[in-house]
Amino acid sequence: MYAQMVKTDGTGVKDRAEMSADEQAFQDRIDRGEKIEPKDWMPDNYRRTLIRQIGQHAHSEIVGQLPEGNWITRAPTLERKAILLAKVQDEAGHGLYLYGAAETLGVTRDALTEDLLAGRMKYSSIFNYPTLNWADMGAVGWLVDGAAIINQVALQRTSYGPYARAMVRICKEESFHARQGFHIMMKMARGTKEQKAMAQDALNRLWYPVLMMFGPSDKDSVHTAQSMAWKIKMDTNDELRQKFVDQTVQQIEYLGLELPDPNTKWNDETGQYDYSDPDWTEFFDVIKGNGPCNVDRLAARNKAWDDGKWVRDGLMAHAAKKTAAKLAAE
Amino acid sequence: MDKDLFQYLLRLGDNTLVLGHRVSEWCGHAPVLEEDIALANTALDLIGQTQLWLGLAAEVEGAGRDADKLAMLRDIWGFRNLLLVELPNGDFGRTLMRQFLFDAWQVINLGRLMKSSDPRVAEIAAKASKEAAYHVERSADTVVGLGDGTAESHARMQAALEYLWPYVGEMFVGDDVDAALVAAGVVPDPASLREEYDAFVGRIFATATLEMPESRFTHKGGKNGAFHTEHLGHMLCSMQWLQRAYPGASW
Amino acid sequence: MKNEWPLWEVFIRGQHGLSHRHFGSLHAPDAEMAIKNARDVYTRRNEGVSIWVVEAVNVSASSPEDKGAFYEPSNSKVYRHPTFFDIPDEVGSM
Ligand SMILES: [Fe+2]
Ligand SMILES: [Fe+2]
Ligand SMILES: [Fe+2]
Repeated sequence: MYAQMVKTDGTGVKDRAEMSADEQAFQDRIDRGEKIEPKDWMPDNYRRTLIRQIGQHAHSEIVGQLPEGNWITRAPTLERKAILLAKVQDEAGHGLYLYGAAETLGVTRDALTEDLLAGRMKYSSIFNYPTLNWADMGAVGWLVDGAAIINQVALQRTSYGPYARAMVRICKEESFHARQGFHIMMKMARGTKEQKAMAQDALNRLWYPVLMMFGPSDKDSVHTAQSMAWKIKMDTNDELRQKFVDQTVQQIEYLGLELPDPNTKWNDETGQYDYSDPDWTEFFDVIKGNGPCNVDRLAARNKAWDDGKWVRDGLMAHAAKKTAAKLAAE
Repeated sequence: MDKDLFQYLLRLGDNTLVLGHRVSEWCGHAPVLEEDIALANTALDLIGQTQLWLGLAAEVEGAGRDADKLAMLRDIWGFRNLLLVELPNGDFGRTLMRQFLFDAWQVINLGRLMKSSDPRVAEIAAKASKEAAYHVERSADTVVGLGDGTAESHARMQAALEYLWPYVGEMFVGDDVDAALVAAGVVPDPASLREEYDAFVGRIFATATLEMPESRFTHKGGKNGAFHTEHLGHMLCSMQWLQRAYPGASW
Repeated sequence: MKNEWPLWEVFIRGQHGLSHRHFGSLHAPDAEMAIKNARDVYTRRNEGVSIWVVEAVNVSASSPEDKGAFYEPSNSKVYRHPTFFDIPDEVGSM
C-alpha cells in the first residue's frame, strides 16, 4: 500500500501478560474503539510505528505527484489538463494533511522530508514505475488510486485520531481520482484503434505493480499482527489484494479490455477470483531502490527541495523582519 | 468588428492558456507543499479563464472551432499571447515575478473589461477578475517577501525583474485591433492602463526593496503575432502533441 | 541550519456554518501567509468563507475530539466532484 512493510519494533503482538498497566489500559481503549489523541499516553512503539507509517504514506502522496505530473503538460484537452492538475494537486494536499498528522506525534515535516530525500524512508513501490502513454493517466487514477482507496477507506477507522481524520478528508477526494481515471479509460477503450491499444498497454504494464501495492503476501508479513492489534492496519495484505482483484475484474470486462493475467478466473468454491501473484523478486528489487524510476523520482524531489531552499529561507527572513519591526513599534 | 473582437479574445485566451501551462509545469516541483498547491490553483484558474475566452473567441469566429481546437490545433503564428507569458519559468523567483507582472496588468485590464459594451466580455471579465484579484495579492506578497528576504533572495528577485522588464511594455502597445474595439467601447485603450500599472508595481517594488528598471524599451510581436520567442514552439510540441499525433480522436 | 516554517492550525467557517472548525494544519512563514495558504490548501472545494489561523505552539489543548471535515459543493470546479464523471452502474462502486 502507500505504507508498505512498515516495521514495528519487535515481532508479533505483545502478550497481555507482558504489558505494563499503562499498556493494558491503552490496548483496552483501542479495543473499545476509542481514538488515541496526540496528548494521550501511548507506547513508544506505537508512536514510532505510526510516525514511520504516516510518514511513508505522506511521502507516497508527494512522490506520487511525479508520474502523473509527467503528463500535465501533454494533456489532450483543456478540461483533461484541468482535471489532471487538480488531481495531482490533491495528492500534494494529501501529503500535507498526512505530514500534519505525523507532526502531532512529535516529528517535523522537514525532518521527515530529509529522511525521504536521503533514502532513509520509503514510499510506495508503485511510484517507481513510469507513465508512458496518456492511458496511464486513466489507469493510474482507476487502479492505483482505486487500490489506495480500498486501504484508506479502512484506515478511516484507525485508532490514531489525527490519522483517521486525515483519511476521512483524503477519502472524500480520492473518489474523484478513481472516477476521473476510469472515465479516461472508458474514452480510450472505446476510442480509435490506437487509443484502445494505449489503454491495454497501460493496463498490462500497471497490473502487477498495482497488486504489489498491497505488500508481500501474508505469510511473509512479519509486522501485521501488532499493527492490527493497534488498529493502525485494518486488514491483511492478501485480504485487501483479493478485494481489489474482485472489484477490478468486472471493470476490466466492462471496458472490453483483455485481462492482463490469463489466470484470472472466478472460483465458485471460494466465491472470489483466483489470480497470479506478482513477481515478488521484482517487488523487493523496487523496494531496494532498483525500480525503473527510483533514481529519477528521488532526484526530482531532491532538486525541488534544494532549489527551493532560498525561497523558504527568503520568505522566513522577511517574516522575521516584519515581526521585529512590529515589536519595535509597540 | 467581429474580426477584431476575435483577435482580441485570442489575445486574452492565449495569455491565460500559455501562462497557465507554464505555471502547471511547477506541479510536484515547488519549493514547499503550500506553494505547490497555490501554484496549481493559479494554473487552474488560468485554464478555466482560457476555456471562457477561447470559447467566446470560437463563437465570435463562427467557423465551427471550439476552445480546444483553438488551443491545440493552431500553430505558432496563430498565437496572440504576450511574449512575457511564454518565457520559461526559470527559478521560482522568476516565475513569481512574471506572475506578478502579469497579474498586475490583468487585474487592471479586467476591471476595465467589466464595463465593456459587449455583455459577453463583461461577464467573463467579472468572473476572471475575482480570481485575478487573489492572484495579484498572492504574487505581490511573494515578490515582497522574497525581495525583502535574504541577500540571496533579493538578488534573485532583482535579476528576475531585470530579465522580465523588457517584456512588460508590450501590454500597453495598442494597434488597429485595439483601436477599433476601443472606439466601440468594448475594450480599454491599452496605453491608458500604464500609469496605474506603474504606480501599483512601483509601490510593490519599493516595499520589496527592489529597483524598478528605468528603461521603457520593450520586446513585442506576441500579441499581434508578428513573432514569438523560440520558447513557444517547444511548449506547443508538448501541449499539442496528442491532438496532432492522433487527429480526430476524442479524449 | 534548520529554518523550518512554523506550523499553524487552521480553522474554517463554511458558507452555512455557524462557527469555525478545525480543518488541519499547514506551514507558513507568518500569519498572513498562513491565511493565504489555508485558502489555497483547505478551500479548494468551496469549503469555507472565513479562515482563522493560530500558530500551533500557541494552542493549549486537552484531548480534542474533532468530528472531521465537511465540504460544501463547489461551483466552478465541478470536475473535482466524483459525480462529474458518469460511471455506469455495471462497473460497481468507485
Ligand atoms: Fe492521495
Ligand atoms: Fe494517491
Ligand atoms: Fe489520489
